Amino acid sequence: MTALVLLEIENGAVRQASRSAVAAASAFGSVDVLVLGAGAEAAARLPGVARVRHAESLSDSIAESASALLASIAAEYTHIISAATANGKNILPRLAGLLDVQPIPDVIAIQDADTFVRPIYAGNALATVRSSDNIKVLTVRGANFDPVASEGGSASIEAIALDTSATIPSVEEISVNLSTSERPELESARVVLSGGRGLKDAANFKLLDPIADKLGAAIGASRAAVDSGFAPNEMQVGQTGKIVAPELYVAVGLSGAIQHLAGMKDSRVIVAINIDPEAPIFRVADYGLVADLFTVLPELEQAL
Amino acid sequence: MKILVPIKRVVDYNVKVRVAADGSGVDTQGVKMSMNPFDEIAVEEGIRLRESGAAKEVVVVTIGAQAAQDVLRTAMAMGADRAILVKTDDTLEPRAVANALKAVIERENPSIVSMGKQAIDDDMNATGQILAAKLNWPQATFASKVVVNGDKAEVTREIDGGTATFAVPLPAIITADLRLNEPRYASLPNIMKARKKPLETIELESLGVDTASRLTTISVAEPAERQAGVMVSSVAELVEKLKTEAKVI
Ligand SMILES: Cc1cc2nc3c(=O)[nH]c(=O)nc-3n(C[C@H](O)[C@H](O)[C@H](O)COP(=O)(O)OP(=O)(O)OC[C@H]3O[C@@H](n4cnc5c(N)ncnc54)[C@H](O)[C@@H]3O)c2cc1C
Ligand SMILES: Cc1cc2nc3c(=O)[nH]c(=O)nc-3n(C[C@H](O)[C@H](O)[C@H](O)COP(=O)(O)OP(=O)(O)OC[C@H]3O[C@@H](n4cnc5c(N)ncnc54)[C@H](O)[C@@H]3O)c2cc1C
Repeated sequence: MTALVLLEIENGAVRQASRSAVAAASAFGSVDVLVLGAGAEAAARLPGVARVRHAESLSDSIAESASALLASIAAEYTHIISAATANGKNILPRLAGLLDVQPIPDVIAIQDADTFVRPIYAGNALATVRSSDNIKVLTVRGANFDPVASEGGSASIEAIALDTSATIPSVEEISVNLSTSERPELESARVVLSGGRGLKDAANFKLLDPIADKLGAAIGASRAAVDSGFAPNEMQVGQTGKIVAPELYVAVGLSGAIQHLAGMKDSRVIVAINIDPEAPIFRVADYGLVADLFTVLPELEQAL
Repeated sequence: MKILVPIKRVVDYNVKVRVAADGSGVDTQGVKMSMNPFDEIAVEEGIRLRESGAAKEVVVVTIGAQAAQDVLRTAMAMGADRAILVKTDDTLEPRAVANALKAVIERENPSIVSMGKQAIDDDMNATGQILAAKLNWPQATFASKVVVNGDKAEVTREIDGGTATFAVPLPAIITADLRLNEPRYASLPNIMKARKKPLETIELESLGVDTASRLTTISVAEPAERQAGVMVSSVAELVEKLKTEAKVI
């Protein structure tokens, strides 16, 4: 059996979530990877990769062409996998549609070649499902699979291209608006400091910055904080935001709605700071502090 | 221009579901059901496009049991013009839902299919993309802004590092993210009016599409419960515990 992993490259390096997907794929046997655009050399250095298939002229932000290319080589594989990132969730289900198979999104554990565990109802239940499709199309949650290293392998690189005789809808990227941050990536940070509506406004949200600096933490946010304009949307943690599982998660002034818990309750240690002793976040917290965040945050900055 | 909005009836997002004792699934008996929150946003977007003059008609469709009529009525109370119930007592996977929706689309010929990015019961996040592939239509998933310009839509999508804007030729599938809009509440007079709007029922079998399952659910389990932690009384105590007990800082 051979699995194919669609990789995502960022600043010349393979994203950590993609390296987790390669680790997951190794459960199925030999692993090939597909790189769209630049980055084939970085992919070739991943340990455990047999072959890099490289389509330099394609982009992973266009699902229509990416899925068409994947479909053209799918018959060589038993499993086609990507990380459950925005691009993965955009492209892989479309591939499944082209192959007429039922995709298996957000896999958190692999039992055997056909059997997978995935969360449903915002993680309030875990379903074990068995697929009867010939080709399994799955996205995997990075936090649940230890990533392979970035260096150590020496795979061969082989160019492939999209058959231009096929009619593919012509979607065009007009502009991209990326938030720049010097902080670690949310999904791979060892410490995440998250703020909620309790911070009251965007200026106060910055109270998290000096503490994040001291802890080397990434900053996250609840949806309410994002909707209120305290933080950009890509900082949202939860059912419909990012899924994180750091060593330490510090929740400041957020209540712990089930949709938020869905994105962080697998963190190793959870700290909650909230003025309301009844806040649901305390039910998942290892350490809870009932106090006003406006007094706690300056004290915490001092104490670290 | 016509807009079709597929909507799903799901366990209300405020309900904390329980896994059935025999592990066969989730207890939905007597639990409050509602329109999937992302679908409310997709309905709202359709209505706004009609109100702006970009579209003429908003048609909502659900594939489900007779009881799913209530979400169709809710959507019509929000402002959708008419509704279609594709009736089945089976629970369908996204692949099967997409096959059924494709048949409805071939009948209705909409220019835009506006749907939720994911259903909050199964969290599949797949139906729109599968449907787009089967129709060979372009897709704009996780939309946070939609502007229709003649035969194109300009859609801003949420991506991991921020947002990106795409020009998408119509007809297209657009899947709604949370920030696309704020769905309106249906007023009482509109709820009354919605009772008189047309609701057509089609038997799923009559569409003649493949709706077989490819996934079998072996078991459904509760996730591991976290141990209740301790409360600390000061920042000093918290920092001390994180250093010496949890050893995370
Ligand atoms: C379909 C759907 C998907 C969703 N997806 C997500 C998601 O992915 N992520 C997400 O986070 N949410 C999501 N939500 C929203 C979620 O339901 C909650 O509304 C949201 O998480 C609440 O954010 P919050 O905790 O910041 O705000 P609130 O619930 O308003 O909580 C604020 C907290 O701050 C505390 N507080 C106030 N002042 C202080 C102070 N001075 N000091 C200390 N504490 C203080 C309060 O006691 C309160 O507990 C989703 C909702 C829906 C319907
Ligand atoms: C515990 C459990 C066990 C299950 N076991 C099985 C099983 O063995 N076999 C089986 O076939 N199914 C089973 N299901 C159900 C089935 O998997 C889901 O209902 C199906 O996958 C649909 O996924 P989704 O709605 O999350 O799709 P998503 O892709 O998340 O939905 C995206 C969008 O598609 C549209 N949409 C989705 N469904 C409909 C609909 N019915 N009508 C109109 N629009 C719709 C909506 O716009 C929605 O926002 C099971 C479900 C559970 C919870």
